[in-house]
Amino acid sequence: MTVAESAGVELQMQIDEQRLERRRKIRTIATPLATVALLLLCWQFGVRIFEVPKYIAPAPSDVATTFVDKFPILLENFWPTFYESVLGFMAGNLAAILIAITFVHNKTVEMAFFPIAVFINTIPILAIAPILVLIFGAGLTAKVVIAGLICFFPTLVNMVRGLQSVSDQSLELARILSATKTEIFWKIRLPSSLPFLFSALKIAATTCVIGAIVGEWVGADVGLGALIIDSTFNFRSSLLYATVFMSSGLSVFLFVVVSIAERLIVRW
Amino acid sequence: MDTAHAHETFATGSVPVAASLRNAFVKFGAFTAIENLSLDVEKGSFYTILGPSGCGKSTLLRLISDLVPAASGDVSILGKSTEEARLAREFAFVFQDAALLPWRTALQNVELPLEMGRKRGVKIPVSDKSPTELLELVGLKGREHALPHELSGGMRQRVAIARALVCKPKLLLMDEPFGALDEMTRDRLNLQLLQIWEETGVTILFVTHSIPEAVFLGQKVLMLQAHPGRLREVVDINLPYPREIKIRDTQEFTQYASYLRELLETC
Ligand SMILES: Nc1ncnc2c1ncn2[C@@H]1O[C@H](COP(=O)(O)OP(=O)(O)OP(=O)(O)O)[C@@H](O)[C@H]1O
Ligand SMILES: [Mg+2]
Repeated sequence: MTVAESAGVELQMQIDEQRLERRRKIRTIATPLATVALLLLCWQFGVRIFEVPKYIAPAPSDVATTFVDKFPILLENFWPTFYESVLGFMAGNLAAILIAITFVHNKTVEMAFFPIAVFINTIPILAIAPILVLIFGAGLTAKVVIAGLICFFPTLVNMVRGLQSVSDQSLELARILSATKTEIFWKIRLPSSLPFLFSALKIAATTCVIGAIVGEWVGADVGLGALIIDSTFNFRSSLLYATVFMSSGLSVFLFVVVSIAERLIVRW
Repeated sequence: MDTAHAHETFATGSVPVAASLRNAFVKFGAFTAIENLSLDVEKGSFYTILGPSGCGKSTLLRLISDLVPAASGDVSILGKSTEEARLAREFAFVFQDAALLPWRTALQNVELPLEMGRKRGVKIPVSDKSPTELLELVGLKGREHALPHELSGGMRQRVAIARALVCKPKLLLMDEPFGALDEMTRDRLNLQLLQIWEETGVTILFVTHSIPEAVFLGQKVLMLQAHPGRLREVVDINLPYPREIKIRDTQEFTQYASYLRELLETC
């Protein structure tokens, strides 16, 4: 075989490889999509065939129609929940990160406050929500606090673990370089914690929406949570389903945003 | 001895010393890891350190690099205390696993020592070689912007060596740096290390588990003994530099190796 021929064969192999890779990618996307489509079809025809009343289980087509018709109402109630979730996400995670940093640098503080954090985490969010609404009133604050609270604990635990995940050799290297605690924190501890932080933030991206909605159940007249309660009691099932769809859309959106941020930041 | 390492001598005829230990002890609680160790490492020399596992080889390097304190006795580096030497960046350390920061590129990892320690009063020495040139020196030209996970084990270790050289240390402490590498990569890195040693004139203390590696690299082999950790014997290796891989097939080489093997068995 000549050099040119073997180069040609190699190129062909590369192209084949790329084609295979692309096919694999398409399959990983197409398979779940097809499954969802199939399930929706089953639902659509199941509801029609068994003549399930619309107020119990609306068909996907009904939900879709409502989604389009009532979109202004949905959107109107989407924004408050969005703000509550995002503000709660930021407040809860920021608090968790700062407290984790304090814990790692001061064992006494950790001993004093970690059991309290565990205790707060054991209280069901549904049980503490009314108390928080009593304290903070029916406005935005209570929902932000509830959304923040639900984010807090997983991030605290993960961030502490992340900050401690530095290898002994990295710390010895830092000592040989006569690094200060601050330098070690910014250049070694904080970057090492990022993969741990992001796995917590991905959990928080979905739970903060739960927190906001639970807060709205307890006391609110706007927001997706309020709309869920309202449409349930008025037997507007299609609207209820559309609202639930909207809520999960919000969770997915936040999750995707965090995942993209992770991709861009954690490149190792 | 080749000309690059013919030692400059003082008018008195004494050889300048890079590291000196006088009756040094290291204790971990009641356990004595190093007992009564005295040693002078001449400037520009290449010492390899052998000994059974747990005999205190790492502890010896950690003592010199100010990571563990001496319980008693004196340790000095170029006439300074270990702490002063650390603050003056007189020495650098290469660990068994490269200990690179995974989020930094090869180049950024090499630059790390330049970014740390100023606040503690370290006057960071300016090297005559830039981080990029150092990566070139260890054979990593073109991989400056690769992240550690994109590099092989041998390449990572070479980044670690470049990082160790960036502050132009006078003493290089290496703790089984090639222990986790395959034989071929290890041979290549051994030759490269000898070349760096000849070019820079740095003093090297090199811990290894491999007798052939110890003989191949070192001018002297320190044999440590366990329980308690003590200096058993210093073996001169009178083989000429520059050394090539095939030197291992010579009779002298095998004689040194078998002598050390027998010695190691009694430690
Ligand atoms: N931080 C420590 N605390 C207590 N004991 C220690 C500590 N570091 C080392 N030792 C003990 O000191 C002895 C010497 O350890 P060292 O790591 O120096 O051995 P080594 O010769 O490097 O062994 P190896 O060849 O396995 O790397 C060992 O018995 C070890 O258990
Ligand atoms: Mg060791």
